[in-house]
Amino acid sequence: MFLIFLTSGLFLGWTLGANDASNVFGSAVGSKMIKFKQAAIIASIFVILGAVFQGAGGSHTLGKLGSVDALGGAFTVALAAGISVFWMTKLKLPVSTSQAVVGAIIGWNFFTHNPTDMNSLTKIVTTWISGPILGGIFAILLFLLLQFILKKSKIHLIKLDAYIKYALLIVGAFGSYSLGANNIANVVGVFIPSAPDITLDFGFFTMNGTQLLFLAGGISIAVGIMTYSKKVMMTVGNSLMKLNAETAIVVVLAHSLVLFVFSSQSLSNLFVSIGLPAIPMVPVSSSQAIVGAILGIGILKGGRNIQLKVIGKIAVGWVITPVIAGLISFFALFFMSNLFNLQVSQNPSRFVKGDVFIKKSENSDIDSKTIVIDQIGLEKEEPTIVELYKPAVIIVIIFLLAVLIYQFYIILKFKEKDKLGEQEDHIVKYNAQQVLLENELKITNSAKAELEKEIEFKEKEQKKIALSIIRKNEILSKLKVEIERIKSKPEKTLKFGDLNTLKVLILDNLNLEKERKSLDIYIKELNNSFFQNLERKYPGLTNNEKKLCSLLRLKLSSKEIASILNITPKSVEVNRYRLRKKMKIGKDEKLTKVIRKL
Amino acid sequence: MINIFKTSKSVAISIDEFFDKVDLGSLNFKKGVYNYIDGNSIEFAQNLNSITTLEQEADTIQRKIENDFYLHSLMPNYSSDILNLLETVDDIIDMSKEVLSQFDVETPNIPEAIKKDYSELVNASAKSVENVLPAARIFFTQPDNVKDSIQKVLFYHRETHNLSVNLKRKIFQEFDSLILSEKLHLRYFALHIEQVSDVAKNIAHQLSSLVIKIKM
Repeated sequence: MFLIFLTSGLFLGWTLGANDASNVFGSAVGSKMIKFKQAAIIASIFVILGAVFQGAGGSHTLGKLGSVDALGGAFTVALAAGISVFWMTKLKLPVSTSQAVVGAIIGWNFFTHNPTDMNSLTKIVTTWISGPILGGIFAILLFLLLQFILKKSKIHLIKLDAYIKYALLIVGAFGSYSLGANNIANVVGVFIPSAPDITLDFGFFTMNGTQLLFLAGGISIAVGIMTYSKKVMMTVGNSLMKLNAETAIVVVLAHSLVLFVFSSQSLSNLFVSIGLPAIPMVPVSSSQAIVGAILGIGILKGGRNIQLKVIGKIAVGWVITPVIAGLISFFALFFMSNLFNLQVSQNPSRFVKGDVFIKKSENSDIDSKTIVIDQIGLEKEEPTIVELYKPAVIIVIIFLLAVLIYQFYIILKFKEKDKLGEQEDHIVKYNAQQVLLENELKITNSAKAELEKEIEFKEKEQKKIALSIIRKNEILSKLKVEIERIKSKPEKTLKFGDLNTLKVLILDNLNLEKERKSLDIYIKELNNSFFQNLERKYPGLTNNEKKLCSLLRLKLSSKEIASILNITPKSVEVNRYRLRKKMKIGKDEKLTKVIRKL
Repeated sequence: MINIFKTSKSVAISIDEFFDKVDLGSLNFKKGVYNYIDGNSIEFAQNLNSITTLEQEADTIQRKIENDFYLHSLMPNYSSDILNLLETVDDIIDMSKEVLSQFDVETPNIPEAIKKDYSELVNASAKSVENVLPAARIFFTQPDNVKDSIQKVLFYHRETHNLSVNLKRKIFQEFDSLILSEKLHLRYFALHIEQVSDVAKNIAHQLSSLVIKIKM
């Protein structure tokens, strides 16, 4: 019966694992610094350890706030908290499991006319504010410390990357431990008064009912991490903390410290021993601690990137969550008790004095040997102690044998897998090589494109020179015509000898041997490979034919070529015809196309 | 996972070696152009040989670094930027070798009057490289100090550009004795030497944006 009612708490644990693991490993997994599998295994192990070893602190304060003494009540309170979290998440409002649980307990207090312990409530509400502030302070101090260390150590970025990967794992493990220690109270805290009164004795250590409850809660969180947190880490977790790796370490560590501080009884005792006030053991919201840490970093960096709208939304979420959870809890309890006749509370008259109804375990640690139930008006009852030493030894032996058989099976199986693994390694290496080759191809293509550009540019330059010769020739031809006209005038008006000299000079210039020579050199220089190809393919070509080929390659018209070579366009046509014959080019083929292909 | 320390250490060493090769290549480039201008053909050939070997070695190291980055998922957030940076740094030695090789193959005829201008141009271009390489090195250990060197790189790049423009103007406006193809030939050499400092400037810009990205 107890296990059936516990399902609502385990569901709450599952949602907590699915959502809050992203606060710890979100940025590491999202940025692919750590594989999800590694993160999930570490988070699961340490969440369970934190819950079992250090989970009692927060549960005491929740118990003081309102001791839900009936299983039906605990079930309804956990369910109400779960529904609030689920509903608010659907509405995309920032929500905290801790606040939902507190709200739901207060709802139960109202419904059962149980007085709410204002002292505990003040303690809890204070930590809701001081948690994020403390997170911010921790983040600022850690960030400054890390910056100082990095500046002094001058670690190579690549080595730093390796250190960061390990640091993220270690900090993540600590974060998971703190998450389990602090938030387990939210998951199963309300079930503590109804926990079965048994102690499991394993010989070298015992586990009481509360610790077994914590273990179940821890496992439910671990299941949440394993089954659903990947999706959250890849989406929500990553967008919440789009920080660089160093800052991510600082933020996660600050968050973990906040959760640790509010759940460590030993630290609180140390504070008391040196004359400082005790630290309240309260379940604080993991998300709130993270937000506080990020804000701290934001403030340190000048506060330019802080989005006040987002902060406002978060603050509203923090206020609304307990109210909504309280209301849902109240109405759910009403329906449960009136419609289903579920007992949601013991006789209320027992709690008139507002006394505490909570189970305590000595020092709340793993070495607890006994459970004592403090109930005013009731006698102290000794818990049932179940001797588990002998059965435990047998179970351990059977377990070891099973492990040995399993290992043998695994070795056989892995031999085959190793072969497959090698093949996979080859594929990975092959893929990496392929990526490299593709990159190289890209670079070669871009180099080719650049060379083509250069060729185009050089061709343009060649054309420019050729055109300047053409223009010059045209001018000189005009001059020649003009002189011819003057020459035809009567001898009396003109000095024939002078004009003739002028004509000779122009004709000399018209040859433009010098410029043509320079063009020849230039063309030869640039078309070096072209000439080599031409000679190789058509060895019988004369120098003039080769020159004609190089000019045809520039896509110059017959008229332009005629002007450059100082011959008539008709001669160019004849030369082209001869060239076609010599190169054995068919009628349907274009001479220029064949030449340009070379 | 434990191997990551070993790999990161070896990659860090490879990156340092890669920069050493490019650094030496740049020195050979400068020396090579000086030797060509001064007509020391034997020394020039030695410089060309050295830079060719260095370029091949730099390429091999760069490929190894790329391989390690992909296989071991090093710095997943910045790997593409860092590999691009190394690729651009490699362009320095590639381009330097190419210029020396062009000097060797095309043997441009540099008039006595502009030899000094070419020396100054090479010097300025090499200076921009000499300043950008320490910046690239220091990026991996002290990213905050990168900007100190970047200013110098940009200064020498501007200086190279000015010298190149002046040289080209001189070639085309003051040397009537040279034919157009010779002028164009000389112009291309000025351009290629200037392009080495362009690569240095590109690296400086890449470094600036990388520093911002890493510090964000």
